[in-house]
Amino acid sequence: MLTLSQVNKRYPTGDRALTDIDLTLPRGQVMALIGPSGAGKSTLIRCVNRLVEPTSGSIRLEETELTRLSGNALRRARRAMAMIFQEYALVDRLTVMENVLSGRLGYVGFWRSFLRRYPADDIAEAFRLLERVGLPHAMDKRADALSGGQRQRVGIARALIQRPRLLLVDEPTASLDPKTSRQIMRLIRELCAERELAAIINIHDVALAQQFADRIVGLRAGEIVFDGKPGELDAETLTTIYGEEEWDTRVQEEEAPSAAASAAPAPATPLTLATGGAR
Amino acid sequence: MSRQALAQAGRWRRLPLIETPRLRWGLAAGLAVYLVLALSTIDVNWARVAEGASRGLNFLAAFTQPDFVSRRGDILDGILESLTMTLTSTVIGVALAVPVGLGAARNIAPWPIYYLCRGIITVSRTFQEIIIAILFVVMFGFGPLAGMITLAFATIGFMAKLLAEDIEDLDWRQVEAVRATGASWWQTMNHAVQPQVMPRLIGLSMYRLDINFRESAVIGIVGAGGIGATLNTSISRYEYDTAAAILLIIIAIVLLCEYSSSHIRRWTQ
Amino acid sequence: MPVSTTPQGTPTWRLRTTRAQWLGYLAWLAGACLFLLCWKLISDNTMWVFVEDAGRQGSDLISRMLPPRWEVAHRLWQPMWDTLNIATLGTLLGIAMAFPVAFLAARNTTPHPLLRSAALVVIVSSRSINSLIWAMLLVTILGPGVLAGIIAIALRSIGFVGKLLYEAIEEIHPTPVEAISATGAGRLQVMSYGVLPQVMPAFAGISVYRWDINIRESTVLGLVGAGGIGLQLNAAINSLAWNQVSVIFVMIFATVLASEWISARVRHAII
Repeated sequence: MLTLSQVNKRYPTGDRALTDIDLTLPRGQVMALIGPSGAGKSTLIRCVNRLVEPTSGSIRLEETELTRLSGNALRRARRAMAMIFQEYALVDRLTVMENVLSGRLGYVGFWRSFLRRYPADDIAEAFRLLERVGLPHAMDKRADALSGGQRQRVGIARALIQRPRLLLVDEPTASLDPKTSRQIMRLIRELCAERELAAIINIHDVALAQQFADRIVGLRAGEIVFDGKPGELDAETLTTIYGEEEWDTRVQEEEAPSAAASAAPAPATPLTLATGGAR
Repeated sequence: MSRQALAQAGRWRRLPLIETPRLRWGLAAGLAVYLVLALSTIDVNWARVAEGASRGLNFLAAFTQPDFVSRRGDILDGILESLTMTLTSTVIGVALAVPVGLGAARNIAPWPIYYLCRGIITVSRTFQEIIIAILFVVMFGFGPLAGMITLAFATIGFMAKLLAEDIEDLDWRQVEAVRATGASWWQTMNHAVQPQVMPRLIGLSMYRLDINFRESAVIGIVGAGGIGATLNTSISRYEYDTAAAILLIIIAIVLLCEYSSSHIRRWTQ
Repeated sequence: MPVSTTPQGTPTWRLRTTRAQWLGYLAWLAGACLFLLCWKLISDNTMWVFVEDAGRQGSDLISRMLPPRWEVAHRLWQPMWDTLNIATLGTLLGIAMAFPVAFLAARNTTPHPLLRSAALVVIVSSRSINSLIWAMLLVTILGPGVLAGIIAIALRSIGFVGKLLYEAIEEIHPTPVEAISATGAGRLQVMSYGVLPQVMPAFAGISVYRWDINIRESTVLGLVGAGGIGLQLNAAINSLAWNQVSVIFVMIFATVLASEWISARVRHAII
């Protein structure tokens, strides 16, 4: 449903962030995008919803060519693509409910949103989503009164109330502890399955990527260097993505604490890696 | 129904800013009553406004062709006088503000001095420069000296207050470290207090220079020297093209002042 | 390097290098010369006989001010009320105009660079020109009265509030703004959800601060005919009724102190 072809991005400073990206994402697939810092992961997903303008190439969401949209057409296209951020990106001084409802901004007019007169359906849906992510009691709290994991749940609710077809997720776990990270990833995964959403998830943590994604794409210096199933990822491909590192010894050193910290069962894949260090 | 149940049914309203309804409506009503009362005190003489409207247009038009030439002598003298007053008053004012500021810092000054210095600051800050200028003109006669003393006095209040606040929340560990070496009071001031407040003191002095220039353009109205007298005359004679020229010069000098002060601040840090 | 070696070979330390030291002396010398030059200009334009007389004039002034004629106070409540109204209504009008100007002037919210420059010009001109000058102009245009005072205060406030507010807007966190844009929100919606909540406390604080300054400024607008207590002050000074002037001073002093106290309390509550 999402097709990128020959996408390039060059920043005004001359840095080449993306080079000839070709990527197709079918409906309902959860894809993890891994790679070192500065590889262009953030730029890639921001090109899709045009928070960053791609320099050249074509990005199609179903039948819509996204790169040529502007004004209201861009607004309408953005409604179909919801984004979840690393630092949650909630508006601190608004309440949780207002933050969730802000996901409907693409659907309601300015005055309705300014006076907070949202349609009853939207409000009921916002409340259902808050219940789904486990925060109905926090409805009237200010966003800055929540913990990191709770904020990310609000961020997810805000994304889902857009009724998107595609989720763009930028480092959802980078600011969270290992246990909360897993809970958040599981929640995203479940919600994608429930709603048949496609998702692109930027993630540093290779173990989490392997456990929760259907497909892994590795990015290095703006180019795709790996594209396959989580099981196909081995030490050699990790070296192509991240560079030289003794992947196997790191596993043994780090497995014990990370397994102890998480209540979840050990991942199914044999190779479990925790490369959180790149941030 | 609780807010949660209401939200479930789709009937949610934003939380009001003030929680108690009585206080909320009381404040709103009070505000409305005040606005009605205050607006009713404005009596506008519409005939006069209609008459003046053409002058307003003249004034705006004057900005497109300001007249720098016909009163060149007056403008030049006035601007020069304003600039000299600005410079001398800032230097003298800052020099005097330092002892007053030290005296007004609760953590280093003894009580009687603290109250004296706070008193000076309050008086200097409460009265608008113009009022002070009137008094000094009566005392010292017309001319730039009265203006300079006025601006210096206003500078003392402004600078000393901020300086005192700075000293009050300075990093006390550094002071104690210097004191622990056996330094005297003056040495402590010089080595522990001065380095901490100096950059901000310079920044504030530059800012005050800017304010003093803007003020020096008005205290001439009451005879305390500077460009204000020329400006006042030209406006009351409806010579808007000259007035526009003076205003443009003032704006230009303020811009220049701001530009150079940002440079100086960067240079001193 | 501030550490150098003497001919005898022992290292000495000085705070600055020789060259920097000389440059420093030179700068001080130039500054002192400029100051003395300015001082001379002022001194040339001063009648020193009057200055020698200043002490006597001052004590004479004080003796004529005391005791204040308190019985005139009842005539001053109306002008004082006018003064408060000039300051309050002027501030309201000023912040209403400053609000859009600040959004146009902030680099991250301006719709177009040209509009940004225009907004910056508005801010600079408003800041450079004292409210008394605005009042003089407006009195010749609108005629004497409270209205001229209100508009003068408003015009001066645009620059002050506009400058501080646009600096606050430029310092907001960009990520919430990005998140709101990503939902497909329109431009105004991004402002009202992403930017406005972040700058609201600063805006309220700046406005109250300006109101406090405006009370002080509005006490003198009457000197040029723009209404308020300044009219009474002007009349009293012109008729040399110094014992009335002292009553007015006491009233101004009390009002300004009260407004400063209120403004400090409100700003404290907001932050």
